[in-house]
Amino acid sequence: MLAKTTEAATHRDALGITGLSLAIGTGADTVPLLAGVTVRVGRGETVGLVGESGSGKSLTARSALGMLPRGARTTGTVTAGGVDVLGAGRRELRDLRRTRVSMIFQDPRASINPVRRVGDYLTEGLRARGVSAHAAGEKALDLLGQVGIRDPLGALRRFPHEFSGGMLQRVMIAGALSTEPELLLADEPTTALDVTTQAEVVGLLKDMQRAHGTGMLFVTHDLDLAAAICDRVYVMYAGRIVEEAAGSALFGAPAHPYTRALLEASPSVHGDRAVIKAIRGRPLALAESPPGCSFRDRCPLADDACAGAVPAHRRHGASTAACLRPEQVTP
Amino acid sequence: MTIPVLRAESLVKRFGGFTAVDDVSFELMPGGSLGIVGESGSGKTTTARILAGLEQPTSGTVTLAGRALEGDSRRARRQRAGRLQMIFQDPYGSFDPRQSIARSIAEPMRLHAPGTRKEHRARVAELLDQVGLSSRVGEALPRDLSGGQRQRAAIARALGMAPRVLVLDEAVAALDVSIQAQILTLLDELRRETGISYVFVGHDLAVVRYITDTAIVMRHGRVVERGETERVLRAPQHPYTRLLLDSIPSPDWDLERVARDRRALDPR
Amino acid sequence: MTLTIPALRARSARRRRRRPLGLVLAAAFLLAVTLTGLLAPVLAPRSPDATSLLDSLAPPGTAGHLLGTDSTGRDVLSRLMYGARLSLIAPLGVVLLSGTAGTVLGLLAARAGGWVDAVLSRGMDIVFSFPSLLLAMLVVAVSGPGLLAPICALAVGYTPFVGRVVRSAAMQEGARPYMESYRVMGFGEPWVAVRHLLPNILPMLVAQSALAFGYALTDLAALSYLGLGVRPPAADWGSMISQAQSAILQGAPWSGLIPGLAVLLTVVSVNVLGEHLGGSIGRKREGA
Repeated sequence: MLAKTTEAATHRDALGITGLSLAIGTGADTVPLLAGVTVRVGRGETVGLVGESGSGKSLTARSALGMLPRGARTTGTVTAGGVDVLGAGRRELRDLRRTRVSMIFQDPRASINPVRRVGDYLTEGLRARGVSAHAAGEKALDLLGQVGIRDPLGALRRFPHEFSGGMLQRVMIAGALSTEPELLLADEPTTALDVTTQAEVVGLLKDMQRAHGTGMLFVTHDLDLAAAICDRVYVMYAGRIVEEAAGSALFGAPAHPYTRALLEASPSVHGDRAVIKAIRGRPLALAESPPGCSFRDRCPLADDACAGAVPAHRRHGASTAACLRPEQVTP
Repeated sequence: MTIPVLRAESLVKRFGGFTAVDDVSFELMPGGSLGIVGESGSGKTTTARILAGLEQPTSGTVTLAGRALEGDSRRARRQRAGRLQMIFQDPYGSFDPRQSIARSIAEPMRLHAPGTRKEHRARVAELLDQVGLSSRVGEALPRDLSGGQRQRAAIARALGMAPRVLVLDEAVAALDVSIQAQILTLLDELRRETGISYVFVGHDLAVVRYITDTAIVMRHGRVVERGETERVLRAPQHPYTRLLLDSIPSPDWDLERVARDRRALDPR
Repeated sequence: MTLTIPALRARSARRRRRRPLGLVLAAAFLLAVTLTGLLAPVLAPRSPDATSLLDSLAPPGTAGHLLGTDSTGRDVLSRLMYGARLSLIAPLGVVLLSGTAGTVLGLLAARAGGWVDAVLSRGMDIVFSFPSLLLAMLVVAVSGPGLLAPICALAVGYTPFVGRVVRSAAMQEGARPYMESYRVMGFGEPWVAVRHLLPNILPMLVAQSALAFGYALTDLAALSYLGLGVRPPAADWGSMISQAQSAILQGAPWSGLIPGLAVLLTVVSVNVLGEHLGGSIGRKREGA
């Protein structure tokens, strides 16, 4: 394990997923879920992973912790915090999750033990690393203060049900950052929250991330949110990455027809009241998608050439897109 | 001057000592679309449930097509149902899991529009077509449909009772963006074609802007702002409306401004 | 991520169709027992009541007495076949009566709520806390032996066993949004309860009834064993075990063991079948 860690130390990224393909089942029952997914998160960088249901975005994020569906078969590599996740043993994975990579989920209530006090939840990870009870308590107190919980001392003694959703998500963030991880995986962390609470929690996440230098992979279905807070954004469709773009470029110059279609399908509060254009059909999972480009059945630009093979990623402006003709998407 | 198809006057709903809806009034014109905007705990869903008869207001009245709605007798329920229908957020949960979609659509139709079995079947086919579903979907069970298809089916079922008003409670919130757009455009079309009126309850201001003409903004059970939807969003008067607007992520999102809005709203 | 894509669903559907061996055996056994009971007059090699002291306590395998004879020389196989009739019909009666009463009371409690629920629930709790067998014995003590009285007594005793489960399932199902959507559509409560609620809790009702059947069979066997059930010379399996007591002491256990085994296998089979029926109706409803 030591050799592996030093080898990866030259790798500066918090997360490197390269050509990850994943399938479950065997023989005729094989169901592919991801194909050739490549995602990179640098130290201190915020990277968005955007897609609709079935796109594989959550699965990709989970693979960074080695949390794969039962019986999953993989090809490609996943390196998180310098550890080769797919090759790692149970102990290494546990160690990785405990120290270098943390995750926060959509529903804070579902991911915290309801019968244990918040203080226990926050100190648990630290205690497992051998931090003394007193030091762990101090650290938890400090973190609760940082995430903006009033009366942190009282909060330590309270139970999860005594907190609102937004406050509980703050506790989860405190817990996730308690081990000073290199990488934070945030799986739709604000989807269950009200808009005004979402703004607060996102602001907090960004602040904490800046303060701790944590790399963050932010999984969301909300294109606006991703574009607003992420340095770079990956757009996923049917188990594949279809576009990679700078957060700021996403709205101005979408490079993949799917990204553009998503933008045109979302109503906006800004600018003039515009018509929205619905995308025909429904989002597909990899297993149901046609050969060639997965989006071609729903794409206004598609023709026979799109059926031939899965389009390779090609540069277009500041982005890359898995499309044969990105220049027609944004001229 | 036309009279409103739906009028709520001074609605109050208390649960024990908690006031969920506090003096809420609004009017909806025939063919109009009213947004009720708010976050969780704002009372918007309770208001919708009062309209649909799922809750009885503690005080205040609802007038539907010129007739005051009172009581919860079976007769009152049936009369209300023929004029006002509701679409729920979770389109899966709103169907009997054991019944085919076509049967689910036909069942309330038999209650509200007497006719032969054949007439009903023809009407079901017509409705499915109107909401963009194939007849094959009609034979399927709810679990075999996608979220968008289920929501279309729920709309078809509601239309089968020929209501004047459709209450949509976060009706597109659970759907993927691309599917949400399909349902929104469908709702738009239906309103233009049939002159039906909407009460659209939601938290997403962009969606509310798209689907409504007028809107009320609710907070802690009270209406804090009301007016033309465009005006409310372009020139919000109440600090809470401003906070809601500034909280929406955008390329020039300013989290500092959101924090300022919040302090302006609740100085502490 | 939730894996709800059709490909996965189809896969699990294929897997589901392979029936477990235990289920096949249970169904086959119950079918065999039922047919034997129905066709006992045709199939039984002898009269179940024909005594023959000369042939008493013949071991299984004796020519003409495949499963041996009891202490009065009656053919165990023939008695077992005739005994199946009462042994199955009586618990079926208990299940039908208690199932109907339990369903009505459970639904009423769940949907009416308030004081109706409070009264019905506490009432069922009180009956539930009283051992059904004891209740049946008391009733028999008053009315004298015979099957009708214990069947009714057990039905009363088992009503909460079904009713409490129906109530909690109906409450759970009633909280699902579609129940409200029917209210918004203007349907009355009885329609919704009978047309939509009941079919959706049926799987659980079936499974619970199967359990009740097993318990009732054992309870009735116990009553017969105590001499409080069927009146001799009519036979059910419980009375066969009872009458075999002395034979067991004489070193001829088969006349008691065989009907005992019949009780055991029937109860297990009914439970296996009930669990599967409940499960498969549930799966049909929920999908994958």
